[in-house]
Amino acid sequence: MKRVRRRHTVASLAAGLWMLSIIGLAFAQEGAPPQAGSEPAKMEAPAAAAPATAAKKEDPGAAPAQFTQGLLDQIGGAKVAMDTVWTLMTAFLVFFMNLGFATLEAGFCRAKNVVTVLAKNFIVFAVSSIAFLILGFGIMFGDGTPFFGTQGIWFVGGADNSPAMGDAYKGVYSALNWTGTPLWTKFFFQLVFAGTAATIVSGAVAERIKFGAFYIFSFSMVAIIYPVVGHWIWGGGWLAKLGMFDFAGSTQVHSIGGWAALTGAMVLGPRIGKYSKDGKINPLPGHSIALATLGTFVLWFGWFGFNPGSTMAADFSAIGRIAVTTNTAAAGGAVAASIMAWIFLGKPDLTMILNGALAGLVAITAPCAFVSVPSSLLIGLAAGVLVVLSVLFFDRIKVDDPVGAISVHLVCGVFGTLAVGLFAQDQFMPGTTGNGLFFGGGLKLFLAQLTGVVSVGAFVFISSMIFWNIIKATIGMRVSAEEEMEGLDIGEHGNIAYPDFVSR
Amino acid sequence: MKMVEAIVKPFKLDEVKEALTKAGIQGMTVEEVKGFGRQKGHTELYRGAEYTVDFLPKVKIQIIVPDDKAATVVQVITDAARTGKIGDGKIFVSNVEEVIRIRTGEKGPDAI
Repeated sequence: MKRVRRRHTVASLAAGLWMLSIIGLAFAQEGAPPQAGSEPAKMEAPAAAAPATAAKKEDPGAAPAQFTQGLLDQIGGAKVAMDTVWTLMTAFLVFFMNLGFATLEAGFCRAKNVVTVLAKNFIVFAVSSIAFLILGFGIMFGDGTPFFGTQGIWFVGGADNSPAMGDAYKGVYSALNWTGTPLWTKFFFQLVFAGTAATIVSGAVAERIKFGAFYIFSFSMVAIIYPVVGHWIWGGGWLAKLGMFDFAGSTQVHSIGGWAALTGAMVLGPRIGKYSKDGKINPLPGHSIALATLGTFVLWFGWFGFNPGSTMAADFSAIGRIAVTTNTAAAGGAVAASIMAWIFLGKPDLTMILNGALAGLVAITAPCAFVSVPSSLLIGLAAGVLVVLSVLFFDRIKVDDPVGAISVHLVCGVFGTLAVGLFAQDQFMPGTTGNGLFFGGGLKLFLAQLTGVVSVGAFVFISSMIFWNIIKATIGMRVSAEEEMEGLDIGEHGNIAYPDFVSR
Repeated sequence: MKMVEAIVKPFKLDEVKEALTKAGIQGMTVEEVKGFGRQKGHTELYRGAEYTVDFLPKVKIQIIVPDDKAATVVQVITDAARTGKIGDGKIFVSNVEEVIRIRTGEKGPDAI
């Protein structure tokens, strides 16, 4: 009992010191760049203002209403208001996905580990909120090198005159000057995406990772790994310049989370009893498929914020279509996975079907704005097939993933990114992706996507490996065998999830 | 006094309880258990990994009766719980040394 207490004291001290040092550094820098111009400057008429058909149409012969500055300001103001409301509401939906992840993972794990799984999913958003605030956002979207931001990196404190757009934007977060929303709206929207990437990891490392290890890793991931890659893809960095497109984050969110989940599961090793010495794979069934299903529905729901919201504008011509491509891919994934399970496993295993829907959603995340609705169905179906095969594959190579996070997020994230290169059609977002391979655009887009997949994969794999190994060597990454057998709830938290007599 | 423990299929619980109360039994304890007998288990898959389903859900009913009632109670339970299909369960009869009613302190057959 005493030994356990001392170990936890050391672990928490180490974790606290690492995070406090980053936070301390941030506060030290805070003084320097004043928040010059961060109040919304006079709103220049945004480039894509709604046309002035606000004038009543009752007299077609009359001259059109005077295009006064006052009228322009009104229209401009309404557009900014709509864009802001849209961006924030969809961001709130993405925040809600944290509940989906939490309940899904809780359902997939055993009852003795429910508290620790929920705790990881809960704290990760708090940690992400702080890490992204003090450093992450700035590295990701601050002007700087092609690889990371150098201006305005601490506390979102750089000069900024959002919602001014395009040439009228005079701040240090130029990568986001295409959206006519205020700075904190942009921040909050980007934050919930970073939080999603971080919470993906918790599924693959569940049931044997120390709470403190995950705490520190999440902080490091959202402060550094995620934003650096984010700068490459969404922050105006080298992958963006190369012509790689990832609309809502199949690579940026899902495969980053997936790579970190993979390295985490590799460094941790499998749960005790998962793989027998004679090569047999043993199931460790989750304690509540009901919770898991609830979580998956919440995730599907939240994705209607994730994808359509990434327009970061109330772009009425796009958001409905994106919602439909999103939903269609989810449906395709669920159906394909159910058929795969039926054929290959004999019965439609619900856990596979749940993974299938998510696989479709992850796969459509990059292409959602660039592809037709029929294409989204194909993408979803393919993802549903892929995810079932992938779950079986990772078990075969003895990478223990209790919830299928690696199969859903990494494998289908990669697939979705490449799918942009195959299925994109210029007509949907003219002048951006051009046509993909299947629509006469040749290999150019596909190769840009592939470059992104490979470079992000290499960077995240290596950097997350380094972080996991540092954690392993310092405070330790895995709980003791006794604690793992007893269940982590008591060992890590001193809580019991179901303290009264329940039938399981 | 005898303890009669019956392990029966879960959906038979209500029927057995009704039959016992009709026969004059005034108390029982029930537990959810899992078990198997001579029937073999079968294999299922969870996310592609094979596992055997040996332990099937059952219900265990425990009654204390005076010695002369034991045989009747066994018959009542058997008739109510039998389906004729494999897995119907078993009944165990054992001796009880002492029975005490907590509220009044009564002992022996009066406490049943």
